[in-house]
Amino acid sequence: MIGLDMGRLTAVARKEVREYRRTPFIIGAMTVLPFFFMVEPVLTIFAIGTTVKSASVAKGVGVTFLLLLIVPAIIPATVAAYSVVGERDQGTLEPLLTTPVRRGEILIGKALACVVPSVGIAYFLFALVVVLAHFFAQNPIVVTTLTDGSHILAQALFAPLLAIWSIGVGTAVSARASDVRIAQQLGTMASLPPLAVTALVAFQIVPIGVWTAVGFGLGLLVIDIAMWRVVAAMFDRERLITGSRAARRVGAAAAPAGTVRRIQGYGGADHGRGDT
Amino acid sequence: MAREPLTDGAAPALVVSHLTKRFGDRTAFEDVSFEVARGEVFGFLGPNGAGKTTTVRTLGTLIAPTSGSAVVAGIPLSAATGAEIRQLISVMPENPGLYLRLTVQENLELFAGLYGLASAGPRIAHALEVVNLERRSRDLCRSLSKGLRQRVGLARALLSDPTIMFLDEPTSGLDPVAAREVHELIDGLRQRGVTVFLTTHRLEEAERLCDRVAILNTRLRIIGRPNELRARLFRGALEVETAAPLPTPETVFNDEAGVEEWHAQGTASYVLSVTDPRGAAPKVTRALVAAGADVVSIAEARHSLEDVYLQLVDEDPEAGG
Repeated sequence: MIGLDMGRLTAVARKEVREYRRTPFIIGAMTVLPFFFMVEPVLTIFAIGTTVKSASVAKGVGVTFLLLLIVPAIIPATVAAYSVVGERDQGTLEPLLTTPVRRGEILIGKALACVVPSVGIAYFLFALVVVLAHFFAQNPIVVTTLTDGSHILAQALFAPLLAIWSIGVGTAVSARASDVRIAQQLGTMASLPPLAVTALVAFQIVPIGVWTAVGFGLGLLVIDIAMWRVVAAMFDRERLITGSRAARRVGAAAAPAGTVRRIQGYGGADHGRGDT
Repeated sequence: MAREPLTDGAAPALVVSHLTKRFGDRTAFEDVSFEVARGEVFGFLGPNGAGKTTTVRTLGTLIAPTSGSAVVAGIPLSAATGAEIRQLISVMPENPGLYLRLTVQENLELFAGLYGLASAGPRIAHALEVVNLERRSRDLCRSLSKGLRQRVGLARALLSDPTIMFLDEPTSGLDPVAAREVHELIDGLRQRGVTVFLTTHRLEEAERLCDRVAILNTRLRIIGRPNELRARLFRGALEVETAAPLPTPETVFNDEAGVEEWHAQGTASYVLSVTDPRGAAPKVTRALVAAGADVVSIAEARHSLEDVYLQLVDEDPEAGG
């Protein structure tokens, strides 16, 4: 990931955005799905009567909070699952990989094109729910709870971190899958586990507070970093093109007598030094 | 193993030495060695599964070789030099691999960005001009015919002004008109001094376009100029046609006429094996006239590259895989 060229990174991100804009499935995933996930939270908080105690209000808001975080978890996985297998389907993967672009630039460019709109949508939905609650919620404690600093902080931190996980896992599945639909189904399923962390907060198993939010945010960050290290290792040119990393598995012992030395820098010990 | 050093003094664009690639137990290609001079159009032929595409992918740094070495555009092939090599080459796979939801212009903008090209606009305009697609720049690629997509693929390959262009079956699936257009583009590349590494199944294409060809069937079978390959594999021959069958051809086609062997081909046609077709033709003509034959035609038998290819592939037990 060292030595990223911003021009190449931007070129990848711009291409992704242009493709998204012209892919009905992705447009649908980014517009219809978020509002589908917003219906339940809105109904939940609207249904909270004026006589309901603050503890119950907090519980209702917690469910809302969790449902809203499904958006940055699921949408990017659906989109990212298309990213590599879609290139392979179109036959564009090989031309892309024969350019000087480095894997870090491809991965970050693709991730940026996905994470920015996903997080933007997540923030917009949260703001929309707050505005709707302000005008239509029966119980004023709902708005107070929703706009509590720790809730906003948690939403602000968790949405991008969940999206980054989701894109990573979606890309990883996409790199290994041979079919777009399977990649999207697996990617969506694999994007959900980190929601367990936010569920602890949402269901008040762990009381929400600024430090809780920061602590859980750091936890998600660690998981994200680990995931992206795995994705980077999986994003190997040979594996993407041929489905195997034969050169690194086939050692000198496999070469018949008479063939010359192994290429310096391609051996297992050198794996990872060169940018593939 | 054929290996033909080039003698024009310039450093070769490509030096491949004992290169081998295996996928587990399967050998894609083995012990392949050759050189390609700068500005040369080099044909890489072979049956399906011979390892042509894998060779291109290896030299294009997509796949790591199992053993051997290569120098591509002056840079030794290794994992560490991949990006550096890719900056100097361009590869057009058999499927041009365009982003069909993007326009022609957007496709080229992407690749200009990936090659880090300054002043991408003029470069894109020039590349489109070379392939005669200026008026289609705003069309979505999915609306283009296969021939036009191939031309966009070539424009993309030209963008970075590469030292070496690898063209993998560039006319595969194209109709004759579109294929001819691609041939003209490759001719244009030769005139511009671009080194072209062309893999193809079309032998007439290789014969027409390539300075030298290599025939691969897991191992490199032969390499050289098409004329040299013909001379290496086939003896000289004359094809003679007379107005009527000769009553005693054995008395005409003899040592004095320079004929080593002969056989009839049809009723009044004969194929004569000779050491020097140009020297033997006047002697054979005189012998025919002296024998009272009416000569319809006498010409040197031309073996095509296809004959060379079939001769080599037929005698190879692994052919056709």
